[in-house]
Amino acid sequence: MNDLFNKVKKNLIWKSVFRRDYRNTVRDHAAAVFGNVFLHLHPVKVRESAVKLRYTWGMGGVTFFAFIILTITGIVLMFYYHPTVNLAYEDMKDMEFQVPYGVISRNLHRWAAHFMVIVVMIHMFRVFMTGSYKAPRQFNWGIGVILLVLTFLLSFTGYLLPWDQLGFWAITVGTNMGAATPLLGYQGPFSEWLHITPYNDVRFALLGGATVGGNALLRSYIWHCIAIPLVAIILMAVHFWRVRKDGGISRPQNN
Amino acid sequence: MNPFIEIITKPDNIAIVIMIVLVTFFMVWAFLQAFENDKLRASGQHVDGELDRDVDTYKPLVRIEMIIALVVMVGLTIWSVLVDAPLEEIANPTITPNPAKAPWYFLGLQELLVYFDPWLAGVVLPTLIIVGLIAIPYIDINPKGNGYYTFKERQFSILTFSFGFFVLWLLLIVIGVFFRGPGWLWYWPWQEWDTQRVVFEPTKDLSNVFGIDSRSWGGFFIGMVAVVGYLVAGMIAPYKYLKKKCPEFLEQLGMTRYLITAFLFITMMAIPIKMVLRLVFLVKYVWIIWFVPGGLNF
Repeated sequence: MNDLFNKVKKNLIWKSVFRRDYRNTVRDHAAAVFGNVFLHLHPVKVRESAVKLRYTWGMGGVTFFAFIILTITGIVLMFYYHPTVNLAYEDMKDMEFQVPYGVISRNLHRWAAHFMVIVVMIHMFRVFMTGSYKAPRQFNWGIGVILLVLTFLLSFTGYLLPWDQLGFWAITVGTNMGAATPLLGYQGPFSEWLHITPYNDVRFALLGGATVGGNALLRSYIWHCIAIPLVAIILMAVHFWRVRKDGGISRPQNN
Repeated sequence: MNPFIEIITKPDNIAIVIMIVLVTFFMVWAFLQAFENDKLRASGQHVDGELDRDVDTYKPLVRIEMIIALVVMVGLTIWSVLVDAPLEEIANPTITPNPAKAPWYFLGLQELLVYFDPWLAGVVLPTLIIVGLIAIPYIDINPKGNGYYTFKERQFSILTFSFGFFVLWLLLIVIGVFFRGPGWLWYWPWQEWDTQRVVFEPTKDLSNVFGIDSRSWGGFFIGMVAVVGYLVAGMIAPYKYLKKKCPEFLEQLGMTRYLITAFLFITMMAIPIKMVLRLVFLVKYVWIIWFVPGGLNF
């Protein structure tokens, strides 16, 4: 057994992946963090209070984890989905009856999405309650607010994709709000002065048409799968980086 | 089936039930810790984190992250095994469901449509919410309560935020999900939905209370006095109060910050005020600016 263990761990391939043995020393604890591209988001050492669950509730991390689950299940779903009026709903049915593990992939994606919206709101509440938006973290709070909005928009754009009655009318109700935008929506105040009609207002730009149709489905799909995740990932990078640059998880100042 | 059971076990609504449980749990936990810390600090003791030391990230932190990730993964998997994501009939533009509800996290805004026109409820107020949230760190100059739970040291900011978050955001969502039926009428969860039901409420506008047509210049004037008067009084009154009670604070805050804070605060408070006007006094509009194309009604 020991022989086998040595054979596995003492060859070129293993050593090329894991550069060194792990010993239970402070030095190797540090190396485990900065020598690992995923873990090195963390500092090597953190304050004891930053580790306490009763303080952070782990909600920011849970939000990020939900995002990862959503990315993975989302990619799985994309393999079986055409964003066209003729095929979208049929693909959902195929997902249900034909695709192996299709039902649970979709379930995971939907419930993780709801879950992410819930935990990101709780994360905001925690950050507010601990006053963590105060100096020097003001800017990161702002990034966080935008990420919260992006979470809503991610969920909202995904709602239409099954092309069922639920999504169709939820998006119709939601985008009708756009028509009421002052100046830029055709039902909004002042818009007549700018010659805004249902065919050139904000809602038209959102839907790619005057009603929810094929263009709206394609636009939702691209916003949902590419555009918003891209922006969200960039802002997440900034958000996490700033957490460290602003001095880690907030804690009481000693003065 | 009992309509109440039916509505809370609708697949998408299970998320709302989970939200209510989680949010309540964390609300209680936050405030318990806040009160506990207040007691500690009042007696001169240290709160969590004040005297802490560094620990290795690996493993204390990584271990906790791993455990949480596993718990979340297991929880979501169980949820996904037990409950199937809903899929309704294929989209059909000719059949409008009644009620047509937005996704649940926007139902608070949809609920506001009862009280405000869409340009306010759907566009201006959400924009102000986002802008207001981003503005918080820049208008809250209280240096206390940074990095620990407390209530005593930040009463105003915590009460204001909690009111906005729990009442105007979450409670309205819960109402939108569980208490709104066909025609966006109020239904108790144990009531059957009735698509034929019509509620006749003779709503009026504010100036009608004085017997003046709201779409006349007289009505316009009354409305303007009410809305502009509310905004101006709402910004001057706290100023006078602070000037008398704590002038140093006002000086520190500065005029710009004061005006932004006051504006955001009274705008937020206008929402419950308008709700009471609408629900109790059946006032639909306070101020109608009819000559603006598209209608600029408050």
